Amino acid sequence: MASGYIEIDEELCKGCELCTTVCPKDLLEMALDRFTPKGYHPAELVDPEGACTGCAICSVICPDAAITVYRFVPAEKAGVS
Amino acid sequence: MTGRDGMVESLIYTKPVSLTERATHYCPGCTHGISHRLVAEVIDEMGRRETTIGVAPVGCSVFAYDYFNMDFAEAAHGRAPAMATGLKRVSPDRLVFTYQGDGDLASIGAAEILHAAGRGENITVIFINNAIYGMTGGQMAPTTLPGQKTTSTPSGRDIEMHGFPLKMCEILSQMDGAAYIVRRSLHDVAHIRKAKKAIRQAFEVQEQGIGFSMVELLSSCPTNWGISAQEALTWVEEHMVPAFPLGDYKVHASINAGKKG
Repeated sequence: MASGYIEIDEELCKGCELCTTVCPKDLLEMALDRFTPKGYHPAELVDPEGACTGCAICSVICPDAAITVYRFVPAEKAGVS
Repeated sequence: MTGRDGMVESLIYTKPVSLTERATHYCPGCTHGISHRLVAEVIDEMGRRETTIGVAPVGCSVFAYDYFNMDFAEAAHGRAPAMATGLKRVSPDRLVFTYQGDGDLASIGAAEILHAAGRGENITVIFINNAIYGMTGGQMAPTTLPGQKTTSTPSGRDIEMHGFPLKMCEILSQMDGAAYIVRRSLHDVAHIRKAKKAIRQAFEVQEQGIGFSMVELLSSCPTNWGISAQEALTWVEEHMVPAFPLGDYKVHASINAGKKG
């Protein structure tokens, strides 16, 4: 199973929650403990077990291009993609 | 950076270079952001960022020139196709596109879009249809659905009083000059991916000089519809898609056969 992670740019995230509705692993939650500079609760990846596959579906629906997606690939394939 | 055993991390997705770093002023969950992103991704992939000129409309996306990292012009309300006509004729080697909402394109700009399509201008139009006037506070637009409540139709659009919505793809597909006229929706991930393919096809039609191309994108307006971002996407799927059927309304015979948007 592929493995990956995402980073959410909290300067861009507006807390619309759309990413939380599409994650196949249900790993995205709203961070209710903090605010972005614009005053929204940002989305965050909650993935203690490393279940994120780096499928990038969250980045497809994000209206603010706030999500950067990484996936772990075998070293010999690195640089190909 | 090395991750797990023998694995290294690979960048799968990041914000397209054709968008600036600037955060947009759009409301949370507004699909303008998705549309901007798709156009920017396509221009990145085509390697045309430095040879593309966009034309911004009047409406919520009036500041599109601040968000796209490329040459941009700002047109008077509804006149983006006219400005794009001039830009394309003077600089035929540039990719020229307009980005227009339904109020801009289907109301005050109806004449401009009809004549640009009729002339077969070799430009691409990205048409955002969210069935409402967003910037001015949620009034009825030419595309507002029968029965839809807006601030100027508080008891719903009454077809006896206000008439029927305009279906721009159906209208423009009748134009001899139109080469590629399609409607897509942004209500879920699968449809967003199909929309991106259509945008790519539309720009390729322009690159090949085949004629006028337009991609209509059914979009949401959570703020003026008064619902959450997710509910708004569901509303697009349940109400707008039946009223504005998705599909390819006109695909010129010379566009590569068998390649589905």
